[in-house]
Amino acid sequence: MRFIDEFRDRSIARRIVEKIRMFDSFEVNLMEVCGTHTVAIFKQGIKGMLPENISLLSGPGCPVCVTSQEDIDKVIDLVKKRDVIIATFGDMLRVPGTNSSLEEERSKGADIRVIYSPREALRIAGENPSKRVILLAIGFETTSPLIAACLQDARKERIQNFLIFSTHKLIPPAMEALLKSKEVNIDGFICPGHVSVTIGSNAYRFIAREYKVPCVITGFEPVDVLQSIFMLMKQIKENRAEVEIQYFRAVRPEGNRIAQELISEVFEVTDVFWRGLGTIPKSGLRLNRRFSDFDAEREFRPEAAESKENPDCSCGEVLRGVKKPTECKLYKRICTPERPYGPCMVSSEGACAAYYRYG
Amino acid sequence: MVEELESSGKKILLAHGSGGRLTHQLIKSFVKKFRSPALAKLDDSAVLKFKGKLAFTTDSYVVDPIYFPGGDIGKLAVNGTVNDLAMVGAVPLYLSASAIIEEGFTVVELEGIFDSMNKAARTAEVEIVAGDTKVVERGGADKIFINTSGIGLIDSGVDISSKNARIGDRIILSGTIGDHGIAILSARERFDFRTKVKSDSQPLNRIVQEMLKASKKIHTLRDPTRGGLATALNEIAEQSGVGIEIEEEKIPVREEVRAVCEMLGLDPLYIANEGKLVAFVPERDCKRILNVIRSNRFGRNAQIIGTVVARHRGRVLVKTSVGGQRVLDMLTGEQLPRIC
Repeated sequence: MRFIDEFRDRSIARRIVEKIRMFDSFEVNLMEVCGTHTVAIFKQGIKGMLPENISLLSGPGCPVCVTSQEDIDKVIDLVKKRDVIIATFGDMLRVPGTNSSLEEERSKGADIRVIYSPREALRIAGENPSKRVILLAIGFETTSPLIAACLQDARKERIQNFLIFSTHKLIPPAMEALLKSKEVNIDGFICPGHVSVTIGSNAYRFIAREYKVPCVITGFEPVDVLQSIFMLMKQIKENRAEVEIQYFRAVRPEGNRIAQELISEVFEVTDVFWRGLGTIPKSGLRLNRRFSDFDAEREFRPEAAESKENPDCSCGEVLRGVKKPTECKLYKRICTPERPYGPCMVSSEGACAAYYRYG
Repeated sequence: MVEELESSGKKILLAHGSGGRLTHQLIKSFVKKFRSPALAKLDDSAVLKFKGKLAFTTDSYVVDPIYFPGGDIGKLAVNGTVNDLAMVGAVPLYLSASAIIEEGFTVVELEGIFDSMNKAARTAEVEIVAGDTKVVERGGADKIFINTSGIGLIDSGVDISSKNARIGDRIILSGTIGDHGIAILSARERFDFRTKVKSDSQPLNRIVQEMLKASKKIHTLRDPTRGGLATALNEIAEQSGVGIEIEEEKIPVREEVRAVCEMLGLDPLYIANEGKLVAFVPERDCKRILNVIRSNRFGRNAQIIGTVVARHRGRVLVKTSVGGQRVLDMLTGEQLPRIC
């Protein structure tokens, strides 16, 4: 298959690995920010191909994982409102809230629909005029343009019973927060591919400039990841800190202007709370005044009175790259994909789930 | 009376399941279709003669949608049970078939499904000797659910089990994986794409008999249905207490199936199949068995995909096409809807 096979080619991969091995005189920590990269790295067995001086850390780029306990509890409260249908991406279904999960609520009779595309939620709203459909709008700059387009369609089509619960977050501020905390030493970022399609490589320039950490925007196939690791090693060796695009078949320096406009027409930037990272200034998106009538939070005022994370769950540390999933005392012993205690074990992009499945 | 049933537009009524005249008519019309002497007697049980080692299995079919490219629920219900019998090396002989039908289902559709069961039974050379229909009120079932049970005979000297995989065995896969699951997925209206992928629903009993003719030393057979190849291999590794190593590159996957999987973030190794088998055979007999499979029309794309090892017992490792290695776990937390 084109654009797949050449990026999984064994001989190309081997040649890149040989080149990476030339940089064996220094130890580095590289962080793959995006959960999809974590999965790709595990699924293709990339860690085992790399020399020992390179450590890969999983970052905060799994949308379900970084959603705060309070937001999850609010979602579970929303489900209990009268005459609502919740539309959600499958990953959210089994994330444990403080006392329940969407899956549990569904078994008690709540109307929760798993969707693949936000447009499906809009269709469900059209088909159920007597109900109000709440789309759980969770994600980064990858999903926010889609949701924004969806809201504009809802306005145009005068769909009155469609709302969203937005926990949208922005990636670059989270990367900055990790660097500021100085908790882990990050020598280079494997930057997300799809987020960067929207925001472009320019969005990371301040990280390279102010924090002197090299960034390479990376595709999701194994050859992409290996090539990016090579590019990062080369930057580190040459004492450079720049933003480079490895995933140039999809990413431009300025990003996708249309998608950026869609986001800014519908959302405004706000401070939000991230699991593991705490409140990060200007790191989230909420509906702006023009679109605030679509805001499920404003409409229903969901409560999350006694939200608390499981004290033994290390998802927070895992998301900061401080701990490996295997260092959590719940991992595999108590916490499994069948009975998850934290979101990193639930989401297909979660580091714990990736370690569990492919580790 | 039969004519009345066949008229188009007729709906199945609760009365068709009441045990009265309508039930009688319904049953008679289908008994005629299946042309089985044991069934035609309409006794409370079919009476069958046997001598030897018996295999006995049952499975229920609730696939949604009931029609899909490459088959329907009727074909699936016959082939599924035939294949379960074949996977212990049995020659499938007799099947029972029970249908739970939702009130309002059309008679024409029901006939179509029974026709398809009949055709599948003939292709697989099995006889449907017992059956039942029940009608439940609207909403009590989704259109039609079918249960089939099957009995087969196992030749002496044949000992095939998930417990029998041995270190050094070679693993043969009889063809492309993922066809059934992807055909079902694309048949659902929610996805805005069309594919030409057809379900691979097909009987495997003849292939297995040909394989057994080539060598009776087949240790393990499995048809990787729900949970896909990954789950089947994990079960065998666990039950036989051995390690399994497979090569991703060797596993045949259709281009369209790969494309859909890439788009939806699915792994073909976890997608259901309804007409493929994996065989664990001694290295010495491997080539011979592979050739036999490949010469059957249901096994043209067969490949040797891996080996049984003494390392990492109970686990399955994959060599990825890019040259890495990873653990292949069982399916957890499936989000796909009903597929069989």
